[in-house]
Amino acid sequence: MSGHLAIRAAGPGTTLQDGGRHGYLRYGVGAAGPMDWIAHLRANILAGNPENAGAIEVGLGGIELQVEGGEIYLGYAGAPFAVTLNGQTLPTAGRVRLGLDDRFAVKAGARGAWFYLSPAGGFDLTPVMGSLSTSLRSGIGGLNGRALAAGDRLALRGGPALPELGFEERAPARTGPLRVLLGPQDDYFSPAGIRTFFAGSYKLSARSDRMGYRFEGPAVEHAKGFNIVSDGIALGAIQIPGDGRPIVLMADRQSTGGYPKLGYVIRADIARLAQCRAGDAVQFESVVVETARAELFAALRTVRASLAAAFKLGGADLSSEFLLSQNLISGAQSAAEET
Amino acid sequence: MTRLAFPRFLHAGESALVVEYGDTIDPEIHDRVLALDRAIADAAIPGILETVPTYRSLMINYDPERLEPTALIELIRNLPTAASESSRTLRRWIVPACYAPALALDLAFVAGSLGLAIDKVVALHSSAAYRIYMYGFAPGFAYLGGLPKALVISRRTEPRPRVPANCLLIAGGQALISTVPMPTGWHVVGRTPERFFSLGREPIFLAAVGDEVTFEAVDEPTFDSLEARAAAGEPVARMAGVPS
Repeated sequence: MSGHLAIRAAGPGTTLQDGGRHGYLRYGVGAAGPMDWIAHLRANILAGNPENAGAIEVGLGGIELQVEGGEIYLGYAGAPFAVTLNGQTLPTAGRVRLGLDDRFAVKAGARGAWFYLSPAGGFDLTPVMGSLSTSLRSGIGGLNGRALAAGDRLALRGGPALPELGFEERAPARTGPLRVLLGPQDDYFSPAGIRTFFAGSYKLSARSDRMGYRFEGPAVEHAKGFNIVSDGIALGAIQIPGDGRPIVLMADRQSTGGYPKLGYVIRADIARLAQCRAGDAVQFESVVVETARAELFAALRTVRASLAAAFKLGGADLSSEFLLSQNLISGAQSAAEET
Repeated sequence: MTRLAFPRFLHAGESALVVEYGDTIDPEIHDRVLALDRAIADAAIPGILETVPTYRSLMINYDPERLEPTALIELIRNLPTAASESSRTLRRWIVPACYAPALALDLAFVAGSLGLAIDKVVALHSSAAYRIYMYGFAPGFAYLGGLPKALVISRRTEPRPRVPANCLLIAGGQALISTVPMPTGWHVVGRTPERFFSLGREPIFLAAVGDEVTFEAVDEPTFDSLEARAAAGEPVARMAGVPS
């Protein structure tokens, strides 16, 4: 089919995101990609798409859409938002068939911040530097480098008919402190500063966005100033500028920076952090790299297992071997392999 | 104060490792970063996703399912690296730059603050050989080392809300070439018609980290004609030794 997803309404900051733009960090191009990488992955798997496929990232402003030119199957997952088809409530995650007259809508619920929609077969859009991800700051990727808005029509590749399925998202399995791996500039903070950071309670500031989550709370004391000679930045970096208030660098982070980084929020906890809202309180806890790795692998196993169960419930003919055969780590394309 | 032993291998989360060769801006430190970067590219180690060379360290982004950090550090320690000038692929770009008052918004202020004639500032800025130490902030946004000491000046007290793309900026002993319109506290001392980042063009990025850059002063009419050519997708900088 050569159908389109037609956006009837979209809140600000609704963007297209795939697994991220990889291989260009050395030229100053940030990776972008989804805020909640686990929910993004779930939506893609539910749609039967590759794990890094492009999906619509929906924020608190919600979205309404229709399909034009044919039917489409939509995988969806994320925060426990209100999902409706023609006004009828759907489960909070699943796969749904959209026909020509159907109207699909997502509205923010009581908690959570991000939600993902992945059309089976994917979008028929031209990647920029190998990626569909939108970088609003650089104005590249997605649909003309900008956020999606009412009136936009996104070309679809189309996919095979699939059984519908749905399940209710449970509350996140883990609560409690966000786990942090120290470094690379933990030596730029006084012992008292490090203690403050791990003992304090921090509130997510309203001045947070896809680039960085800013926190309000006790100031973390530096030991030798707050300027470093700039170095590389990866997802989850905890940058502490002159005012001592932590900023966790998220999906739209820049590729390098000149503030000392006390540590990194581990990848297993990034999705949970991403789903926080302004005013939510968090604490941080120090872990070692072995824990960070084990928790990441456990998070991946959980996604695979829960989806394998969902496919069984939906009567889909997808074995867990199929799910396990998919490389579920985002960005697993080696730059060396590309050249 | 204790001296730090370099290189240091530092975690940047469980999916990236920073190999740090120093904590200052220094061409010898940068040579070591580039040598490791090249050695890693040559070795094509499975599980290494991409590397980010900066002034004084190399960030190695890796797939934790395929690489374990202790093993990665061991692999890196055993790589053959030759951090000599000759191991660097030296490319020199001659980049047209216009220092006319309409484009060089802060040139007169910089000259006044430093007690130099405007012509002297232009001569200093355009005679220096710069090295691209790093890209960051925005696509193709180049951080240059090699600014003459006489041009060391602190940032503007009032940042400008918006300067256009392709500005030549200086502050804090560093030089920059911008690629996107942006607010900045750096001083605008000129503008180049060249695009260091141009999506419609091949190559998308004109120059690589480690390349050298010198500026060649052009007058405003020349700038305008080069600007038109650059806007049409033509590179207007040239490589030293290659006739234009």
